[in-house]
Amino acid sequence: MTEGHLQTYVPLLIHMLVAMGLAGALLLASRWVGPRRPSRAKLQAYECGIPPLGDAREPFAVKFYLVAIAFILFDAETMFLFPWAYAFRDLGWFGFGAIGIFILFLAAGDIYLWKKGVFDWNR
Amino acid sequence: MTLFEAYPLLLVALVKTGILLFLALTAVAYLSWFERKVVGHIQSRLGPYRVGPHGLLQPLADGLKFLFKEGVEPQGADRLVYYLAPFLALSLALSGLAVIPFGPAEIEIFGVRTTLAVAEVELGLLFLFAITALGVYGVALAGWASNSKYALMGGLRSSAQMISYEISLTLSVIGVVLLAGSFNLREIVAAQQGYWFGAVPRWFLLPQLVGFLCYFTSAIAETNRAPFDLPEAETELVAGFHTEYSSFQFAMFFMAEYTAMVIASCLATLLFLGGWESPLPTTGAFAWTVYLPTVVLGGGGALLLVDALRHHRGFARGVLALLGALLGGAAWAVAQPMILPLVQGPFWFLTKVFLLLFVYVWVRGTLPRFRYDKLMAFGWKVLLPVATLNALVTALVVLLRESGGLAGVLR
Repeated sequence: MTEGHLQTYVPLLIHMLVAMGLAGALLLASRWVGPRRPSRAKLQAYECGIPPLGDAREPFAVKFYLVAIAFILFDAETMFLFPWAYAFRDLGWFGFGAIGIFILFLAAGDIYLWKKGVFDWNR
Repeated sequence: MTLFEAYPLLLVALVKTGILLFLALTAVAYLSWFERKVVGHIQSRLGPYRVGPHGLLQPLADGLKFLFKEGVEPQGADRLVYYLAPFLALSLALSGLAVIPFGPAEIEIFGVRTTLAVAEVELGLLFLFAITALGVYGVALAGWASNSKYALMGGLRSSAQMISYEISLTLSVIGVVLLAGSFNLREIVAAQQGYWFGAVPRWFLLPQLVGFLCYFTSAIAETNRAPFDLPEAETELVAGFHTEYSSFQFAMFFMAEYTAMVIASCLATLLFLGGWESPLPTTGAFAWTVYLPTVVLGGGGALLLVDALRHHRGFARGVLALLGALLGGAAWAVAQPMILPLVQGPFWFLTKVFLLLFVYVWVRGTLPRFRYDKLMAFGWKVLLPVATLNALVTALVVLLRESGGLAGVLR
């Protein structure tokens, strides 16, 4: 590691450690200071006053998985767009054409997901 | 020889971190006061006004109350994850502050010249996105660990919302990166220096207006704020992912959300509003603008003093008078020729951040909440294509200009 990296990343690391320490300290402080009087009713999950039915560890809508998969696809898109944005003056028209084709493919994917109704929450 | 003598870098970093975190947490606490006050007045109420004059001690009272409340750990909760979630949320949100530069000036701490940022990261923009993207873990884990159906639904909804809008958020700043040719936040601000026609600041706000609107909309959704505060939609989900949290664990989610708001506003300022650049030229007829910090601080102090003497008695008068005197002292201090150039950058930067935070609150007080299906549809069907097109059009325009217009391309 060079001197420059040390100058940059040591303060960053220190800051992150202090932030974590602060968050941890607050968590511990509230546990230590606050009272602790658990009762059966108090520990129940809140369901607007009715006794809770079953627990929350159950399957949920597949929509959320679809959105997560779509997110990964498009996040990969931004991952490729960022280096292009950085170097695009050197890449010039060739880079623009290449990224244009890349985005065209992604647009096709987006339209496909759209037509399949992934973004229509009510279907 | 102690460790600190051998490595002054460590000590300087610790001092800067300490100051920054102290200021940030104070700002976050008073942002909650500010929000309640502004939303109150929008709704023809007074907002908090009981604890201290104008409710100014309310954040302090809230903090103490959170601390002394019982932290309930619901039945069947995943204990480790249940406590990990608020810890992650807050520590990640606070970590993001490290790379934000607050001004161009350099200060001297213990004989070490250093800049107004904890860490000068070359890829500051990417680091900020990486850190804020991790914020979704706090929400998702909290929703899952609580073993409550409302919390689970809220956690799922907000994770889906956050990852959906994150794509538009990152895509909307590509235009800025294209124009500035850098991920370094200082270089991005430097690229916005100067004025068009001698008066209109060359901020990226004008050429990237679409990008700015996309960014700000996504940022509101990303920080789970109204009108996109579906995860906390109390009419349907009680309190969303933090339904089962109480005591300071709950406060930590709150602090994380407000810190995220501050970071989003700082980033918007750096990327689109010229960072610490003054909106007015500081030369010629506008040379007096360097004394604006003094005017603002002094005027605020004078207002507080007048208010204290005319409308308050006893303790409240003391608090207000003390605040007024502090502001007056600060006004005097920033007018000193040694400090004057140092405060210009931070003054404009913080003013812009404050304005953006006001817009956040204003939007919350004005717009009704979105329906969830509309929210998802808007993110994927409108914001994402618009942000992508914005990046492409920006690239096209820049390339055309650099190759000398259409004629240059065809030649």
